[in-house]
Amino acid sequence: MTEASSRAAPQSPADLFWAFNRLALQGFGGVLPVAQRELVERLGWLTRQDFLELLSLSQVLPGPNVVNLGLIMGDRAFGLRGALAAVAGMLLGPLILVLVLAVAAVQWRDLPAVGGALRGMGIVAGALVLSTAIKLAQGLKGNAMGLPLAALFVVVAALAMGWLRWPLVYVVLGLGMLGMAVAWWRLGE
Amino acid sequence: MSAVMTWLNGPLGLGLADWFQLLLHFTLLSLLAVGGAITTVPDMQRFVVGQHGWLSDAQFSGCIALAQAAPGPNMLFVAVIGYNVGGMAGVLATMVGTLLPSSLLAIGASRFGDKRRDSRGVRAFTAGLAPLTVGLMLATGSVLIGPSGLSWAVAGLVAATLWLMLRTKRSPLWAIALGAVAGAAGWV
Repeated sequence: MTEASSRAAPQSPADLFWAFNRLALQGFGGVLPVAQRELVERLGWLTRQDFLELLSLSQVLPGPNVVNLGLIMGDRAFGLRGALAAVAGMLLGPLILVLVLAVAAVQWRDLPAVGGALRGMGIVAGALVLSTAIKLAQGLKGNAMGLPLAALFVVVAALAMGWLRWPLVYVVLGLGMLGMAVAWWRLGE
Repeated sequence: MSAVMTWLNGPLGLGLADWFQLLLHFTLLSLLAVGGAITTVPDMQRFVVGQHGWLSDAQFSGCIALAQAAPGPNMLFVAVIGYNVGGMAGVLATMVGTLLPSSLLAIGASRFGDKRRDSRGVRAFTAGLAPLTVGLMLATGSVLIGPSGLSWAVAGLVAATLWLMLRTKRSPLWAIALGAVAGAAGWV
């Protein structure tokens, strides 16, 4: 009883639906920063530590990170119903919005200004991904395989995928397995 | 009438076999999306632009740009790609393909792995995949910027975006707005 009263928690799947709906609609250029602010600071459903652990688990598993985070959080609270509520809340509103934009863009993309704007935004979209990669790369300093080997894996993966254009399945299975083997070996030393 | 058909089915008039291929490919990518859906962009581009010719390079980048400019999880770019390839049927194929396998896996793994977080196996799994994630994101960035070719204006736009994201706390929306203006004005 003290446990229940000392920390806020969603009371029903509907709570999860609306919380994730609200945070998703605020997230321009990515939802994770907003998710942290809403779930930890405003609602207090998770501690900072909870959030970090949940996030790293969501990042390691394949699939969209923030969707995985909602699924796991919802599943822990209310089982499958909770997982569905969180993900539906997160995706439904933004999906409708983005499709309206897509329909409009198809109508008008032959206008030079619209085509140009989309091209300019495409360049920025690429640069945004690069900036995330640079931020994440700083976390490699503490990687179990050691920085030089980790950097080598970064370069090989980037070249195999971006330049040689190998299919992702070979890159992930090949380099992923090799990376795990190296990390396993270094962790045992 | 034909507008409704285009909305449902897309401008390319794809058939059942095409949707099935689309669904299957996005299902496969879902399970390979370590580090998030954005890391599968180079392979999606290879499949949609290179292999099938359903979209041009610039249209493909435009799909991702559009999704970045709207609120919500970044993964919704797959819905925009689906819409441009195959209308609402395409949206269904790419969304179900992207979400279903990884979601089942996430719930299963979370129930199974909650107590094993500190084991050597789980730590090797995390540490082994982390550099791969970073490498795939670098490839994604270059694939998205690539079609515009390298010019001083493109390099300047990329540098401005990196500066905004790494050195300030401002919203990425500012960078997207700058890109839209620079593109509409014909600078890049």
